[in-house]
Amino acid sequence: MRIAIVDESASRAAVIGEGLVALDDCELFVVTERTALVARIAEIDPDIVLMDLGNPSRDVLEEYFAVSRALARPIAMFVDESDDEAIAASIDAGVSSYVVDGLAPHRIRPILDLAVRRFNAFARLQADLAEAKGQLAEREAIDRAKRILMDSRGLTEPQAYAELRKTAMNQGRRIAEIAEAVVTAHELMGGA
Amino acid sequence: MPAEITIGFLPLVDACLPILAHEHGFAEAEGLSLRLVRDMSWATVLDRLLYGHSDAAHMVAPLAIAATLGRGRPAQPLAVPFVLGLNGNAVTMRPDLARRLTAPGQLADPVKAGAALRLVAQERIAAGDRLRFGVVHRHSSHNYMLRYWLAASGIRPDQDVEITTVAPPFCADALDAGEVDAICVGEPWNSVAVERGAGEIVMVTAQIWRRGVEKVLAMKERLVDERRSDVEAMVRALIRAALHFVDPANWDANAAILARPEYLDGSAELIRRAISDQLMLAKGGAIVPFPDFMFQYREAANFPWVSQAEWLYTQMVRWEQGAIVPDEARKAARVFRPDVYRSALVGSAEPLPGASSKVEGSLAGTTVVGTQQGRMTLESNRFFDGGVFDPADLAGYLATLP
Repeated sequence: MRIAIVDESASRAAVIGEGLVALDDCELFVVTERTALVARIAEIDPDIVLMDLGNPSRDVLEEYFAVSRALARPIAMFVDESDDEAIAASIDAGVSSYVVDGLAPHRIRPILDLAVRRFNAFARLQADLAEAKGQLAEREAIDRAKRILMDSRGLTEPQAYAELRKTAMNQGRRIAEIAEAVVTAHELMGGA
Repeated sequence: MPAEITIGFLPLVDACLPILAHEHGFAEAEGLSLRLVRDMSWATVLDRLLYGHSDAAHMVAPLAIAATLGRGRPAQPLAVPFVLGLNGNAVTMRPDLARRLTAPGQLADPVKAGAALRLVAQERIAAGDRLRFGVVHRHSSHNYMLRYWLAASGIRPDQDVEITTVAPPFCADALDAGEVDAICVGEPWNSVAVERGAGEIVMVTAQIWRRGVEKVLAMKERLVDERRSDVEAMVRALIRAALHFVDPANWDANAAILARPEYLDGSAELIRRAISDQLMLAKGGAIVPFPDFMFQYREAANFPWVSQAEWLYTQMVRWEQGAIVPDEARKAARVFRPDVYRSALVGSAEPLPGASSKVEGSLAGTTVVGTQQGRMTLESNRFFDGGVFDPADLAGYLATLP
């Protein structure tokens, strides 16, 4: 089975590919370039095409599948009407799949399920990364706010932190938010 | 608690009305909370609508009919309670081709340019390198309008010239790289191609059909019934947004809103040009005004005329080289829902036409038409070749077309 993964994000394509490579009898082709996409797909002559929903070239590819005589076999958006749930899961995960007409559902399903899982795994990785970045930024803001309080009010570091914490508790906000407010106020007042 | 409505859209200027209904509080005033979801392809906008990620979508009108009739996806009936606008697209060509059709700084005359293009098309066939056109989707008004113009000019689409699909953000690249000779796309993408020197605007679609239906607000038919009062509230919010959109006093502010990263993520200057019917045809050239380039409000532009849906269906059949199937024609006509529009606005200051269908292309000048409420005057709705579409006879109309 020839599977083409079309994704402008090379890192996501790698994560998807990594999952699919474990399948028997599957040959993987990753397409990250948008130029000459249609020619590349014709060359690969895939049985299944997986494409992320955010890809601007989806309409181009669907048009090609609809009218092209270059592919010997018709290919269509995978929509098995008996299985709306599978499609919903794939749309939720952000992946669309196109499958050569007549391919047996029991051969397709494991691949699509796996693709959905890999897409979800990638989304989680991204979320974790964003969270980690956010935490780092918050820690920096708290450190800067402590420094400002220590310099301007002659507090020790534990006192500065206690001050931030008390204000946060009184206002029902997070320490990081108070810290950001301190930093912003300091910058507005001409501090560096 | 306001009722939440999620609306999918592509970053195009004519996604303006749902965005402005949200930004200016018109939706809120109607007890609605709009959530806008931006996507990058019509396929994804449609999939989200069909699988319930969105409740409504900014959509090329023919796609709503294609989805209802099961073209490309299993059939799912969609409904259009509101037309988001007429026209607003243009044909942009590589500068060398543009020069064969028109003088610098002038929009081409569709009849003369069609004749000139026919010669170029023949030369290119002789050279074994057919002219290539890019449109944004096969089920788009861009595709139908372009083909209408070509065919009426004696150029056979798919035989004499190639027509392929190009994603709007890549139109300028495709012109630049010579992948296509011309594109038919909405704003701001023509102007982006002009700014880059990749192309020149040669014609606007309003020259092909003066009042051509463009984007619609599409929903699943079932949802329109289930959430009828929310849908009617949304129609009222969108009408207020339309009124705001066409007022010159608001153009600067609205262009700035639409340009924001979460919406079009583009140039406010280019967006302002489009919404004020001003076009820069070639890089560094003068601004050329073209009244009613975009048509978002006047003459009950947002009213879903059943005859518009039927015209779109005739074009779908035309280019599929099929025949009118009466059952399909009924389903296609049913997609446009003047009944919902009417019940949403009855008793308001908005004019409501008395009829739900009209003969398209029949008005050469200003005409007063019968209304159920308010006064309404329609201006010319001509097709460039003088064609007239009478929805009473779809097959007869199709037989008259080249």
